[in-house]
Amino acid sequence: MIRNYDELLSYGDLYKKSLDKQKKKVLVCAGTGCLAGGSLAIYEKIKELVKESGLLVDVDLDKEEEGVGVKKSGCHGFCEAGPLVRIEPYNYLYLHVRLEDCEEIVCRTLKEGKPIERLMYHSNDRIYKTQEEIPFYKKQTRLVLHNCGHIDAENIQEYIGNGGYKAAALALNMTPQEICNLITDSGLRGRGGGGYPAGRKWSQVLAQNNPVKYVVCNGDEGDPGAFMDRSIMEGDPHKVIEGMLISGFATNANKGYIYVRAEYPMAVHRLQLAIEQAKEYGLLGENILGSGFNFNIQIAQGAGAFVCGEGSALTSSIEGERGMPRVKPPRTVEKGLFECPTVLNNVETFANVPIIILKGAEEYKKLGIEKNTGTKVFALTGNVVNTGLIEVPMGTSLGEVIFGIGGGIPNGKKFKAVQIGGPSGGCLIFDENHLNLPLSFDSLEEAGAMIGSGGMVIMDEDTCMVEVARFFMSFTQRESCGKCIPCREGTKRMLDILEEITKGNGTMDDLNLLYEIADTVKNTALCGLGKTAPNPVLSTLQYFYDEYLAHVVDKVCPAKICKELAEITIDPDICKGCSKCAKICPVKAISGKIKEPYHIDKNKCIKCGACIEVCPFKAIKEV
Amino acid sequence: MLDLSFKERVNEIISRHNNDKKKIISIIQDVQKEYHYLPEEVLVYIADTLDISHAKIYGIATFYENFSLEQKGKNIIKICDGTACHVRDSIPIFKAIYKYLNLSDKKNTSDDMLFTVETVSCLGACGLAPVITINDVVYPKMTPEAVVELLQKYKKEAM
Repeated sequence: MIRNYDELLSYGDLYKKSLDKQKKKVLVCAGTGCLAGGSLAIYEKIKELVKESGLLVDVDLDKEEEGVGVKKSGCHGFCEAGPLVRIEPYNYLYLHVRLEDCEEIVCRTLKEGKPIERLMYHSNDRIYKTQEEIPFYKKQTRLVLHNCGHIDAENIQEYIGNGGYKAAALALNMTPQEICNLITDSGLRGRGGGGYPAGRKWSQVLAQNNPVKYVVCNGDEGDPGAFMDRSIMEGDPHKVIEGMLISGFATNANKGYIYVRAEYPMAVHRLQLAIEQAKEYGLLGENILGSGFNFNIQIAQGAGAFVCGEGSALTSSIEGERGMPRVKPPRTVEKGLFECPTVLNNVETFANVPIIILKGAEEYKKLGIEKNTGTKVFALTGNVVNTGLIEVPMGTSLGEVIFGIGGGIPNGKKFKAVQIGGPSGGCLIFDENHLNLPLSFDSLEEAGAMIGSGGMVIMDEDTCMVEVARFFMSFTQRESCGKCIPCREGTKRMLDILEEITKGNGTMDDLNLLYEIADTVKNTALCGLGKTAPNPVLSTLQYFYDEYLAHVVDKVCPAKICKELAEITIDPDICKGCSKCAKICPVKAISGKIKEPYHIDKNKCIKCGACIEVCPFKAIKEV
Repeated sequence: MLDLSFKERVNEIISRHNNDKKKIISIIQDVQKEYHYLPEEVLVYIADTLDISHAKIYGIATFYENFSLEQKGKNIIKICDGTACHVRDSIPIFKAIYKYLNLSDKKNTSDDMLFTVETVSCLGACGLAPVITINDVVYPKMTPEAVVELLQKYKKEAM
């Protein structure tokens, strides 16, 4: 039980000293990505080998011994190269580690301090020994993700030993208004997508006179292609809790909820553990650090509804209702959870709070650009060489992120588009004009997209943009809660039209109708999901109009993705005339003579592809 | 029909949540963990116990995608069709699984009750796309061939 600020500091020193006794540290990534790659077995194996070799794992504080720490850390971010193992103090980062490598890691690196070059990052004949040198990391500014991959996510002592909860202790000695002002001055904007100033939101809740207020953390990260919040919750859960605690004190709220989607069992587990530890250490509960302030946090689990990421739908869901948005006003700051004033911020926003308290507003503002301060975490996925989790200052150019950090497009393909801000964000084409586009709330909005929560899906030249628009529409249509007509009916109609276009049945009138419906839904839908649902359609129409025309007028899919626009032909030079295709064809479109090349009747063919699969000579192709 | 012994287990779950109507989603979640689906009798029983209408509990149970009113197979396969997996070819994997288990649009549980297949929008493991999970174990970088091999393994284990 830590009772006050001074005690926190002395405990911090103590834990730091104890950690420092672990002269060498092995950090095995235990993020969802690396776990899937078998990192847990690697962790166990290394731990076992270290023990066998006589090196100490658990160091007793009272003794003068030094040892090796073997830990499971949060996500290192470089998911493409997992499972990852980082060795300190050398800062070696080993990639694609397998069980067979563990023995060498212990013998060579831990005992002799020598690097194992074959496990290190290679590029253009250069070996990058330390993690910090690798271009993927070098070009990042890891502020929110600072602890992710560096500390044991399941151990509060490591968090405190690395300066954790110091910000909360400092904040508890300020007045609520001072904290709100500080957050306002820092320019912190909501990282969940809207970009609303966090300090202003807090001040509004503080101004409410209700005796009961709530702090809610939105961890319902449902955007396909986004896993920033998951990695923060899994890799540094205490930072989120600390941020919420500060927010609670700044707004006179005594109860917090973290709403986590059910698809993230590891995040729920680590948060639950972190909350219990924080209670045990007196950092949650009654009279926190002797300030007289009480604060408790509870986890609420989602049940698989994307719309619950919307504020009022999320609070309804915590209340045990169907997660449907309601008409605003009253806004969440006035009547949120259980009809009480509520601070509702995203995971990453809360994780920024302790940093601001420690750094001060002026120092924090130096990062990023005007009106868009600080950093932003992005999940880089899709057709890109280095998929993973990255963090850059606001205002970093799109080109730098995709080519500098992401390493460009794999397999020598050309870049085509980047989809940013989740299914209701927008697709941006990547030409000279957008190469320098700075990533910030304002610049993306101008370009017709939005920062969303930070999912960034890169698409190469083989992607059909009409199909992509259809894909996103099918997502939003499925996730539409059905409460308001524009979203419920509009997404359905837009999806129908896009489906017809990808089948080759689209007309020019359809394109006009698509514009019209998109415009109506955008302006009249009830909540953010509906309002932004047309964005992918509008932005693909804006940047890839030619591709729509190709589907509608010429009835071809330039990327050869839309199956029903493809033509199936038999290559007469390869065909041996075995008749297998003719036998399997369900509509008898294939005919010919045995031992002579066969032929497909285009008018009969339904493009089912059965003949392609059955051909033993691979003579049948879609063109 | 379930026998009446379910009441004891359900009562236990409800009291774990302090008989609180507001915890209805957590209660349903726990019940589903127990039975792998939501049997009608159980839903009715919960509604009566907590004094909420049958319509309301039905509304909640059908609103959230994680809840199922139909009995599911022993192993739950989730195929990710999020954006990242989609652009890295998740559809061929989907097709391979459906073909292997002989499933269709209207049928997502295999005849032997060993597998239920669900499509999810994103599992948050985009760095490893395309992924599937079987009983929450993530299998990364799937291909149609690898997925069939995987299913064969699960089938063998069940025998």
